[in-house]
Amino acid sequence: MKKSYQSLEDNSTHNMKQVIYRNLTSKILHLGFILLLTFSTSLTAQEGDPANGKSLFNANCASCHKLDKPMTGPALRNVEARLAEEQGLDREWINAWIRNSAAMIKSGDPYATKIFAEWNNTAMTAFPQLSDQDITDILAYTAQPKPEPVVLNGGGGETPPDDRGASNNLILGALAILFGLLAIALVLVKRTLNRFADAKGIEVATKEKGLPLWKAFVQNQFLVLVTVIFLLLASGYFVYGYFMQVGIDQGYEPVQPIHYSHRIHAGDNAIDCKYCHSSARVSKHSGIPSLNICMNCHKSISEVAPETLAEGREYGVDYNAEIQRLYDAVGWDGTAYTGDSKPVKWIRIHNLPDFAYFNHSQHVSVAGIECQTCHGPVEEMEIMYQHAPLTMGWCINCHRETNVKVQDNGYYTKIHEELSKKYGVDQLTAAQMGGLECGKCHY
Amino acid sequence: MSSNKKYWKSVEELNENSSIVETLKQNEFVEEIPTDEFLGDKEALESSSTSRRDFLKYVGFSTAAASLAACEGPVIKSIPYVVQPTEIIPGVANYYATTIANGFDFASVLVKTREGRPIKIENNTDAATNGIANARVHASVLGLYDNLRVKSPMKGDAKISWDTFMSETTSKLNGLSDGKQIVFLTATMPSPSTHKLIADFSAKYGNVKHVAYDAVSESATLDAYEAKYGTRGMANYNFSKAKTIVSIGADFLGDWQGGGFESGYAKNRIPDHGKMSRHIQFESNMSLSGANADKRIPLTPSEQKLALAKLYSYVTGVALPGSLPEGLDSAVKAAAKELIAAGSNGVVVSGIQDVNAQTTVLEINEELGSKAFDPDTTIKTRQGSDKAVMQLVADMKAGRVGALIMNGVNPMYSLPSTIDFKAGLDKVDLSIAFSMKQDETASNCDYIAATPHNLESWGDFELKSGHYSMMQPTIRPLFDTKQFQEVLLAWNGNDSTYRDFIKSYWTSNILGGSSFNKAVQDGVFVTSASSDLVEAETAETTTEDAEVAEEATVLTGGTAARALANSAKSNGMELSFYTKVGMGDGQQANNPWLQEFPDPITRTTWDNYLTISQADADRLELKNWNVANGGLNGSYANVTVNGVTLENVPVIVQPGQAKGSVGLSFGYGRKAGLKEEMQTGVNAYKLYQDFNKVQDVTISKAAGEHEFACVQLHNTLMGRGDIIKETSLEIFNTYGPEDHYHGWNKTPVVSLNHEEVKVTNPDVDLWESFDRSVGHHFNLSIDLNACTGCGACVIACHSENNVPVVGKTEMRRSRDMHWLRIDRYYSSEDSFESDNEKKENISGLGSSLSEFGEMESPAANPQVAFQPVMCQHCNHAPCETVCPVAATSHGRQGQNHMAYNRCVGTRYCANNCPYKVRRFNWFLYSKNEEFDYYMNDDLGRMVLNPDVVVRSRGVMEKCSMCIQKTQKTILDAKREGRPVKDGEFQTACSAACGNGAIVFGDINNKDSKVAELKDDKRAYHLLEHVGTKPNVVYQTKVRNTAKA
Repeated sequence: MKKSYQSLEDNSTHNMKQVIYRNLTSKILHLGFILLLTFSTSLTAQEGDPANGKSLFNANCASCHKLDKPMTGPALRNVEARLAEEQGLDREWINAWIRNSAAMIKSGDPYATKIFAEWNNTAMTAFPQLSDQDITDILAYTAQPKPEPVVLNGGGGETPPDDRGASNNLILGALAILFGLLAIALVLVKRTLNRFADAKGIEVATKEKGLPLWKAFVQNQFLVLVTVIFLLLASGYFVYGYFMQVGIDQGYEPVQPIHYSHRIHAGDNAIDCKYCHSSARVSKHSGIPSLNICMNCHKSISEVAPETLAEGREYGVDYNAEIQRLYDAVGWDGTAYTGDSKPVKWIRIHNLPDFAYFNHSQHVSVAGIECQTCHGPVEEMEIMYQHAPLTMGWCINCHRETNVKVQDNGYYTKIHEELSKKYGVDQLTAAQMGGLECGKCHY
Repeated sequence: MSSNKKYWKSVEELNENSSIVETLKQNEFVEEIPTDEFLGDKEALESSSTSRRDFLKYVGFSTAAASLAACEGPVIKSIPYVVQPTEIIPGVANYYATTIANGFDFASVLVKTREGRPIKIENNTDAATNGIANARVHASVLGLYDNLRVKSPMKGDAKISWDTFMSETTSKLNGLSDGKQIVFLTATMPSPSTHKLIADFSAKYGNVKHVAYDAVSESATLDAYEAKYGTRGMANYNFSKAKTIVSIGADFLGDWQGGGFESGYAKNRIPDHGKMSRHIQFESNMSLSGANADKRIPLTPSEQKLALAKLYSYVTGVALPGSLPEGLDSAVKAAAKELIAAGSNGVVVSGIQDVNAQTTVLEINEELGSKAFDPDTTIKTRQGSDKAVMQLVADMKAGRVGALIMNGVNPMYSLPSTIDFKAGLDKVDLSIAFSMKQDETASNCDYIAATPHNLESWGDFELKSGHYSMMQPTIRPLFDTKQFQEVLLAWNGNDSTYRDFIKSYWTSNILGGSSFNKAVQDGVFVTSASSDLVEAETAETTTEDAEVAEEATVLTGGTAARALANSAKSNGMELSFYTKVGMGDGQQANNPWLQEFPDPITRTTWDNYLTISQADADRLELKNWNVANGGLNGSYANVTVNGVTLENVPVIVQPGQAKGSVGLSFGYGRKAGLKEEMQTGVNAYKLYQDFNKVQDVTISKAAGEHEFACVQLHNTLMGRGDIIKETSLEIFNTYGPEDHYHGWNKTPVVSLNHEEVKVTNPDVDLWESFDRSVGHHFNLSIDLNACTGCGACVIACHSENNVPVVGKTEMRRSRDMHWLRIDRYYSSEDSFESDNEKKENISGLGSSLSEFGEMESPAANPQVAFQPVMCQHCNHAPCETVCPVAATSHGRQGQNHMAYNRCVGTRYCANNCPYKVRRFNWFLYSKNEEFDYYMNDDLGRMVLNPDVVVRSRGVMEKCSMCIQKTQKTILDAKREGRPVKDGEFQTACSAACGNGAIVFGDINNKDSKVAELKDDKRAYHLLEHVGTKPNVVYQTKVRNTAKA
């Protein structure tokens, strides 16, 4: 059972990698795969190595096929058996189909033509490189039984995954009980001792009541003065601090209409920030990615791995439901776009006032500054929040400290030469370049 | 000393045992106050746990909570596309080449769009024809976001759907009784594909007539040209090839023949190797052309006719009857002499709307063999025929017209006799107006077909023969609109889109194998092989117009001139109509940018008025005067033409107006489909009888006084020649700029140790100068010779920099917000030079006051000079030192920065600015109902430039030298890792200036044009003696007056 979890998870992560790969090699992308059809001579069927088959499947087939769900091509679970039973097609047919389906369609094979028409006349990429053994392995993998659905809410109570949590609680509980016992014991001891004292007629020394502390304090005028001054200063400090943070939304972490986890995308999957926020390269805005960008990957990824799902429960979120929200917004019914889309109303986190001009491309493309410099450890953020204060002082500090990246930029050649001579330094800060002038950001 | 006095509170106290007295000792009132009556249920009240104090606590708490909650920042939503179009990147502008063609203005332009919204119009520098947008074309982008646009088709006052519209109109068109005409009344549409569509329509329905109608008619010019060259159009003129230009009543720098001649003219106005063109202007109204002329002769319209005839006579030697007054005759003679001397380098143009006059002009130019005169290239942007329109009105009244389909015209406003037209319209079975507005005509029609703006439409235009221009949509239609051609296609039963129709028409008729997409991308297409198409085009038009074909007998060989001389008669005052640079024919009257645009000549906004000479004004007791707040007031006059009286026309005394003549501009006085604030001026079309631009009028003074919103109250330079430096070509060629006596561009001197030292000398400077040699250093050069005062830069600046519109009352209080103004100066003597002399010779002991007083009033025929003034970006800026909060500071790149968010509005800077270029936001002009112009509604705000802040109340603002544009250019270069090339840096004004008068660039780039101009011998700084070291440099104006 555990093993099959493993495999599903592997499957989905591979899918993700595959997606990136797909985008790089769009050639493969464009061609759809069609079903692997198998003739099941039960002799050969079970000889394959499902582990090798799985890796082959993930490398070659997974971008268009899933085991249990139709994607670009049909679902492939038990395909060999099904074909044999329903169509009477043998392994030879499957081999021929996988290696060159187009030729089969051309030759007028009836089932080949039928399946071709059924899947939108999308031809499956030919895989002449797959050996007979490879295909056997793949088919063995597809012939594996479907894993039991994961029980999410621990209904069976048999697979609580976080043992550590439980043991922590146990230790803490034990400690609490221990301390409770100690306290009770102390009280008891004191009582007993008092009783002894009573019995032996020993007078327990009671403190003589002196001047109460507060009275002494009030009578000492100097102390009062110092305290008042201290309090005034302290409250002044806090009032100033309060007013200075008005309008600064550092740490602003609104609940978004779709729970989008930067941690999973930018962190676990290490997707480049600019894959989604592509306009940061050329525009003043980094841009909130349009939903078609999401669908580049999520067309294939409709649910997350069980472990990811479990992680989500820590944040109180069901990632699969969130993906479904994406599908609702973009109007994707699992196989096709319905055209009924509802744009997502994200809540904007980083808001600069209108009178401040900021240009992402200047910082991202020209200066080559990491997104994290201003946006913080986005790859660790489950929910995006405002990392930097985004105040003018914060901008200016950075401009004072950061050196301008002048190397290999033809624009800077002349001005760098002149300014280095003027200031007698080799590295120029943005401030020396004129980056503190009012009009550079306020117009 | 205790007193025994006892004070009585009431008589009751005398009564010793009064219970009342006893009660009053304890209680305030004798009787118990019946509080229960108004407090209601006493028991409930007593059992209630909420006391009065509790209530106050709750109130206090909720108030505090509400105010605390209000401290929360607003939640800002950000909604990305579901599927982002690949060409749209938020924050990056896209440019599309298209055409603005509204029947009056035709221009090939580039449209800047941001996030899919068109926000600015720029010149299409690839276009050989009409690639320079004028002020109205620049402003037309605002018309797209006009809140009063018709948002869906309408039947009467009710909104209907397009399906209903199409089915109803189609059945009505089909059901028209035989013998009744279907007439298309359209503005000039030189669109080959539309003509084809109308021809198709005609083939389907039969008995179809197409009447082209120009509100401001050029019919006489068209008739004369058609008679002589066989094509309906106007001769092309290329003023860059002319050395001597004689214009008789032609404002060719304005809207004469559709405009677009100023850039060619300006090319020859910059002295090059000691040579520049010579321009002699005969005219009655003071026009832009007259203001730019080297020699201007004011004369009445009837004298113009005679002068033209005489000019013909002197050039050709043919004797003609009639005689001009002595002075005029010699001026005409001199002009003729210069023309003959210039030979083929001379050219004559005329704006007299008379077939004989226009024929005479064509003949003179042929006689001269003028190189500038290009009759083979036909200008097609005016097609209207007066006779056809009059015939149509007659047909309509006679009930011969079954259906009238109008597109882009507003005859109920622009015809002199709207009563006739209305009577005719009532007899038409089906009337449809294709219109963007519920204007005078549309609201009188059966159906209003809501049309899209030019920026939402497809279209093709042949502006000149062989010069095509393409219109493509730059935004999806904002409203439920359909363009005229789409509906035509549907009526014709053609189910292709108009775009596909254009494409197939172009592919088979125009492109000759070239790419259609390329033509759309360029926005222009030029072919020499257009002759067959032109013929087809004309053949079609002439068949359509066959019934009303021009029958004027065309006179040639001097007979036209003779007839012209004979027709030159007048009785009393003559009124000549003109179009204002800001308003044109009036179709953009709802555009606040244009309403607030100061007329280049009178500098008056939000109005039209009767211009009259000082002599006539005195005779008629008409006056202008300034009131205490500085505002200009004027008398009203009643103007009568042939029994039609226009009442209460405000009067402006116009220097240079020919005695015996008055002027009045079209385009104002509209009411329907306009916001109340825009309903300004009087409707001059009411007097435009028989489409005659000149009318005999009687003028009488009317009661009351008119309040103008004039932005320039002082009209003369008072002999201060250092503000506008001007010299004659002869002196310019003969002497150096610093020549002791004749020096025409002397640097001012100051006294240092009792010796005269140039003010540019660092020794006399109060300030330490910064090192500006590193990086960019921006300078702006303005050539006073090339500047014609057209004002395109003013509107371009308006739209680039989100400059607010403040309205007439605020303008009158001199609270205009224009970052860029074009000052206009009149000479007080005959020329600025004599002004200078007069000032120099005023004796301090004698009559200095009276003589200075005289210099305040302009001459009867003054010299005129224009000077664009914006923030001079002084290196030693007086404004910067007085700002208490350092809101204005200097950048290393030469720009004087203005941090609006820092400004607290002390206005010290404006006080200390010697150039008066700083503008103060007296109010919040956006989202303020008091200023309901365009920043008050969501639609109007879509035109705002997202890269520039919308300023709020109490903040000073001014020209930033388009820092957002220079920063963008720098960033583009950085991203591409290359130095910035010369010509890349532009401001909105320099990009808009088609004359090349405004040049912007980096003077630290020694190869740049502006670096060269800065060191030109004509270069000077405004008020140089103040020592502000501006970064704006002016080029001395040189006038070619020597030969006079």
